[in-house]
Parts: sequence; C-alpha cells; structure tokens
Amino acid sequence: MSFIANTPEQIREMLQVCGVTAVDELFRDIPDDLKVAGMNLPQGRSEQEIHAFFEDVARRNYSGLTNFLGGGFYDHYVPAAVDALAGRSEFYTAYTPYQPELSQGTLQAIYEYQTQICRLTGLEVANASLYDGGTALYEACQMAIAASRKRHRIVMDSGVNPVYRKMLISYTANLSIDFAEAPVAHGQSDRQALFELLDDNTAAVILQNPNFFGAVDNHRDIVEHCHRRGTLVVQSVYPIALAMLKSPGEIGVDIATGEGQSLGMPLSFGGPYLGFMACRRELARRLPGRIAGRTRDQHGREAFVLTLQAREQHIRRQKATSNICTNQALCALRAHIYLSLLGRRGLGEVARLCRDKAEYAKQRLAAIPGVEVKTSSPTFNEFTIKLPISAEEFASRMVERGIAPGFPLGHYYTELENYLLVAATEKRTKYEIGIFAENTEAVLCR
Amino acid sequence: MSIIFAKSVAGRRGVRPPNSDVPAAAGLPPDYLRQTEPALCELSELDTVRHFTELSRRNFGLDSGFYPLGSCTMKYNPKILEKVAALPGFANLHPLLPQLRQGGMLAQGALRVLHDLEQWLAELTGMAGYTLQPLAGAHGELTGMMIVAAYHRDRGNRKAEVLIPDEAHGTNPSSAAIAGYTTLPVATDPKTGMLDLQELKAKIGPNTAAVMLTNPNTLGIFNTHIREVAEIAHRHDAQVYYDGANFNAVMGRFRPGDAGVDVMHLNLHKTFATPHGSGGPGAGPVGVAAHLVDFLPISRVVKRQDNTFILDYDYPKSIGYIAPFYGNFAVCLKACAYIMLLGADGLREVSEQAVLNANYLMQRLKDSYDLPFDRTCMHEFVLSAKRQEKQHGIRALDIAKGLIDRGFHPPTVYFPLIVPEALMIEPTETESKETLDRFVAAMRELAETAAADPESLRQAPKSTPVGRPDEVRAAREMDVCHPA
Repeated sequence: MSFIANTPEQIREMLQVCGVTAVDELFRDIPDDLKVAGMNLPQGRSEQEIHAFFEDVARRNYSGLTNFLGGGFYDHYVPAAVDALAGRSEFYTAYTPYQPELSQGTLQAIYEYQTQICRLTGLEVANASLYDGGTALYEACQMAIAASRKRHRIVMDSGVNPVYRKMLISYTANLSIDFAEAPVAHGQSDRQALFELLDDNTAAVILQNPNFFGAVDNHRDIVEHCHRRGTLVVQSVYPIALAMLKSPGEIGVDIATGEGQSLGMPLSFGGPYLGFMACRRELARRLPGRIAGRTRDQHGREAFVLTLQAREQHIRRQKATSNICTNQALCALRAHIYLSLLGRRGLGEVARLCRDKAEYAKQRLAAIPGVEVKTSSPTFNEFTIKLPISAEEFASRMVERGIAPGFPLGHYYTELENYLLVAATEKRTKYEIGIFAENTEAVLCR
Repeated sequence: MSIIFAKSVAGRRGVRPPNSDVPAAAGLPPDYLRQTEPALCELSELDTVRHFTELSRRNFGLDSGFYPLGSCTMKYNPKILEKVAALPGFANLHPLLPQLRQGGMLAQGALRVLHDLEQWLAELTGMAGYTLQPLAGAHGELTGMMIVAAYHRDRGNRKAEVLIPDEAHGTNPSSAAIAGYTTLPVATDPKTGMLDLQELKAKIGPNTAAVMLTNPNTLGIFNTHIREVAEIAHRHDAQVYYDGANFNAVMGRFRPGDAGVDVMHLNLHKTFATPHGSGGPGAGPVGVAAHLVDFLPISRVVKRQDNTFILDYDYPKSIGYIAPFYGNFAVCLKACAYIMLLGADGLREVSEQAVLNANYLMQRLKDSYDLPFDRTCMHEFVLSAKRQEKQHGIRALDIAKGLIDRGFHPPTVYFPLIVPEALMIEPTETESKETLDRFVAAMRELAETAAADPESLRQAPKSTPVGRPDEVRAAREMDVCHPA
C-alpha cells in the first residue's frame, strides 16, 4: 500500500524543477559508504490483508476474561459518544495548537478539561495533561523540590502504586534527590512511620488515595503535620473515586496527580493513558507542560491560547520546568467528553456502583472457607484478600475458568505471596461476581 | 461559542449508568466523604455531542487541508490504523494480564506486535536493540540520556556535560538538563548549515557525557560529517545521541547505527503516520547500540525458541521502569501496521517523495523569500521573511496569518532560532503536486501583498473565529479555570 499521490509524470516534472534527473541525486549529502543497500523488512500489503492479519493477531490475546484486575487501571464502560466525538479528525489529525486561530476547538477543550480537573480535585489550576499517572507523580516531585528551593528529599508512603515508586527511583538515579519510603502496611498510611521520616530537608510527602491496597484514607492530619514542617503534600488520586471521596483540595493537598485512564480510555495494554495534575494557584508557574488560558483577540472577542509558555522547553530550553512537549491531548479530550456525558449525577452513580459491586464481591468472597478479606480499612472499589494458596497459582487456575481474578501482590511484595488485589467496576454484574465466587470456591476446595 | 459549563441545566441527564443489581453498601464514614459534589456539567447527550462537534469545526487538522508545519511531519494518517487499534482483542487487554502466572501466554498477540516493531525499527535504524516504552519524543530523549548516565556510572565515571547544536529542538537541552546534565551549545557553521566541527572539538572534553545531534537537522540539512562527529565524541568516551525527529527524510537511505550513533529515538507520531491528536499521544521508542542494550528499561519482550513471547525483567544494569507498562501500546500498534502496509519499498519511497516534495517547494519559493541555506534540502527547508520585514515591515507571523486566510495551516515560524523571521516548511510525502502548486501560488501572492498592501496582512486572519489572541493578557490574567 502506498499513500503517495504524485504520478510518474508529475515526479518527472518536479525533478526537472529541482534540476536533477533522478531522486537519488537529492540524497547526495549522505556519504556513499553510509548508503543503505537493502532492508530486511516485510513486503508491503493491501489494507484488506493488514486488517485480516491484525484480526488474527488480536485473537491471540485473552481480552475476553471477566475482569477483576485493577491495580490502578480499571475496566470501566466507555460511552459510545466518547469514541464518536474524539474520533473527529479535526481533533485527532491536528498538531499541538501553536496557531490559535486554527485551534480554538482544541484550546477551548483543554481549558474546559482543566476546569473539570480543578472541580474534581478541588484545586485551582490544572495543566493540559501529562503522559500518565506515574510520570505525573515524578513531575510533581520536581515541582515540590523547585518550590522548596533547597530541599532534596522526598518521603513516599508505601501505599503509592509500586510501579510509580519504581519509576521515581529510575528518574532520579542521576539526580541528587533522596527517597525515603515508609514501611509497607496494607491498611491506611502509617502516620508514625511517615512522620519519623520527615526532616528539614524534606520537600514533599507523596500519598495515594485510595492507596494501592484499596484502602481509603483521610490524609488531612498528614497534610497539617507536613505543612507545619514546610513540607508540601502530593496526593495521587483515582478520578472516579473523587465523585465520592474527600478531594485533595478539601484536605489542603498542594499538588494532586493521577491516572486518568478511567475517564474514557480503553485499557489498550497499557496506553495511551492520561496523567492529570492540579495544584494551588501559588504553584501555577511551576507546573510542567501545556496550559490553556482564556483571553481576548485583537477585536475583543473571547479567545483561547497556550499560556504561561515561559515555563516551557521551546522557550526556556535547559531552564524549562519540564522537558514535556507532546503530551496526551486526545486522551484529555476523551476525559473531558466522558465527564461531560456522565455529568454531575452520572459520575456519582458510577462511583457508587463501583463501590457497591466491590462490597458485594467482598461479602461473597468472605463467605468462602479459606478466604480472608482484609477489613482493617474502608475501601472504594478494590480490596485485598488473603488466600490459603499462592495468589499466582490461584490466578492462573481462575484464568482457565475465564476469570482474571485480580492482581497477585507477591509480584511487588515478596512477603504477600498469598495476597490478591481484587477490583470491581460498574461493568461487573451480580451474576459475574457470583460466578467469580463459585469458581473461587471450586478452585480452593479442589 | 459559549463554554460548556454555561450550557449546563440543573437536573438534566446525559449518559445514565445501569441500575444496580447488588445491594447498596453501607456508606463510608463521613470523615472520608467529600462535602460537596464536584460541579460537573448537567447536559443531555445531544448537548454534549453538539458542543464537541462545534469545537471540532473550530479546529484545523491534517484531514482539513495542507499542514506544512516544519519538523512535525504532518503526513496523512491512514484510517485503517485506527480500525486496527480499536480491535477489541487489543483495546480491551489489561496491561497487568501478563503478570498473572500464565501471563506471557495471555497476551501473545500484543507481545508479538511489540517484538516485531522493535525488530523493524532496529533494522531501519541500524541499532542493536529498542525499547518502545517512551511515551513521546521528549520522553525518549530523557530515556536516552538516562541510559547514557547509567553507562558512564557503570564505568565509574561521572561526566557532567552534554553538547547540543544551537539549532536543536528545545526538548534536547531540556531533556539533558532533567537527566542531571549541564548543557553547552555548539554553533552552526553559517556557510554550511551544519554543526561547526571546530567548535565541537574545542568544547568537547573528558567531562562530556554525550553529543546530541538531529540529522537531518532543523534546517533540513543532512550533516555529511556525522561519522566524524561520532569519532570525535568516542575519542572522549562521549556517547552520540541521535534525535530521530526528522527520520522521515532518510528511511531506506541512511541508518544512524552505521554512522556510529550510540543511542537515538524515533517519533512514531511523525515518521510512522500515527496521528498527533492535537498534541499527543505520541510515542518515542529508543534504540541503542550493542554496548548499551543492557541498560534499556524493563520490561523487555523476548522471543523464545518455541516462537512464544515473554516479558523479561532480569536485567541488573537496566535503568529500570520509565513507564508503567509497555509504552503507548495503541500508538505502537498503529506504527507496526503502517510498516506492514508499506513494506521496505514503500518506506524507502516515503523518504524519496518527502525529499522531492520539499526540494520542489524550495525551488519554487526561493525567489519570493530569502533562503539562508541555498543547497539541496532533505524533508524540509527554512525560508526567511527578512526581506519582507526589512522592506515592508511584514514579519513571518504576518505571512503565517495570511496563509490561514488562504486555506493553509502555516509552517513553523521563528524556529530554528538561528534564522531570523524563520518559516520552516515540511510538506511530507503524502501531498500532491497540485496541493504544492496551490501553496506556491499563495506564498508568492503573499510576498506580493506584503509589498502592495502590507496593512491587509497585519489584519489577517479574517476568516477565523478569532484573530491574533492577546497572549500577554493571557499570561498576566492567568484565567486557566472557569469559575464555578
């Protein structure tokens, strides 16, 4: 398949205008000994053949399992209008909105998206998006360190998604940033352990709500304690849960980040997803990435532009607040469409359904001999159970029965080999939860 | 048009979730509950559909018309790629599934896509290994610099500086700085448009960790001395980083690995036709030479003897996790399908046509505008509106706004920074001669209008919903969130 329009006759005319007889001559700057002789790549195919090929490849994925797998990434329903609207090519085939006159659609959508994120998080300023929840957390650490001016230490709650914690350690390997981690506790944040790790060099404490183990917390006391010590608080949050749980703004959090996949993004084997970030207004000029702002045009009409660009790499180069250029604009648009479609009541209903289904799954699983549901903390839509056998072994046997039962915690915490993290969303039915429980019983009692 | 929040009507409903089929759970203790509901919109589904449809009509995409935005490779995004990415077998696949015990086996299709794409990118660029995890071009640069840092640390060195040509994209110095390096600019030779080798030799030293290079560079010029640059760098144990943002110029013609490049990234959303989405998602895979393969991020996809694929995490020298999973998978999938559609011959033809279209435009426009580097270009070239500015007070920005009224997306303006009044033009391979000719006519007419009626260009654009928004006011007022 080729997407080139010019005919051989046109190509001849164009070569003539360029004063050459063959296209090879236009590559004369490439030294002869570096020219490529051939490539070991497949031969091109038609569109029809490509579609058939990938249909076949897609069938080799077990995408049809009944999903109780979460771990920060959830199987939510995506309304049809999200795909229909985000699929308009005026959005998806445009570049970053550098020419505001041709990009008012994108710029207004970003401004509205920022407003949605501010309203969800209860904070004052949001950016246009970051790559994902993990890189957003890293950017928040950099912001906090820059804002603190001289401090270089970050204290992490062990309830933060372990993948994010691993990412932060990678990113800072060549930087003079110290990390301290409060010990693992699969309930709420361990205040005493956390406070003991704070010192005068601590720029920020990183928390997550609900945490990786599913526990819901009210971190207000931690925020107050940190602020007394001049330490900022970064909280990673789950946007669906924000319809129900205390917002970062309500408890005084300085920077909120999170993974926006739940807001209308398919799971797509890990991406593209959406990192969101919001903060207090005092920190706005330290935000990474694009920000859309409302202004007036030369005729006094309302208009939207990229603003506060003096923070960014294309202006500040090595002094920029972040290196981010291309972000996840289309994913932010999807999140905005999703939130608009569900609206105030719809999002609350999705949140309640998630929690109700999870609580029902808890009850059903708790009734099975050998299964222990951890109940030390309240949870939202994800919870931890202890099994009489290895959670990995259990999971692989459940997969044979068509169910992805959850995430075996032993992958990240060797001491939690028998623990499984179970999630439910609004998509799980009472029937599916029943089948899950029956199969769990069958697997454990066999 | 009004903002979406102004359209909200209390009590109106949009998409309704299903009724619950399980008992309502006991409520959470009030201490955990938010006090006030988030003030989201209350709209019907049709209200929402009309709002976003209207927004889309105030946008210009590649499908709307010619989009010669230099350095961005705005080529046609084949529709079949979207259809492939939406196949439920891919779209519904949970990224943690491979971590269940039989996991590798549960995602064989997806792992095959990742494996094949890595192999093909390695073949196209002459690198030994790839990671597909970086989520954008700048993220690829950062990953590459982290690999460079890990390499030097492994050898017991702490080198602190990175050398970067002054014409480079802003992400290069920014990514190097965020990876912990001090950056030093290297001047461009004003005669050749290439990196000044003498200055490179003067600035490089034992403290140099890497030299970053974009080739062809942002002037659209292929640096014929790339091998020499690599030799100079390697003599000081510095690594050569190749920014592949402009790789659309050289597919099937030049492989960075053959010239001694140690680490590089590609932009799948440029060269490999995945759409840019108004600013992402993109993907910035990183390729490395053999001596850096051990430092690539984990996980890595490995093909076993029995032709099955597994995710391998056992690389002690790896820089670790840089993304939660395997990159922007759907973007990688589209790029994989694109490579299979075109094949080896088709990809070579892409670069041929991209370079021919650019040279054709350059030849036809160089009489109307200044051409600071009058030589064969690659996939793009840079004009200057210096003449128009000096004689008529018409700046590159005015030309850009005039183009908007003539139905075109403007080129990149004021970049690279080393060319005054720069207009950076990249037509790409998918545009036809007729489109290029229409653009030539518009640009020539604009040069004439700049002389005959400059005031009319200062008023442009007139055909758009807004014209020349006040950016200073936006930065001062910082209205970035609609008040509740």
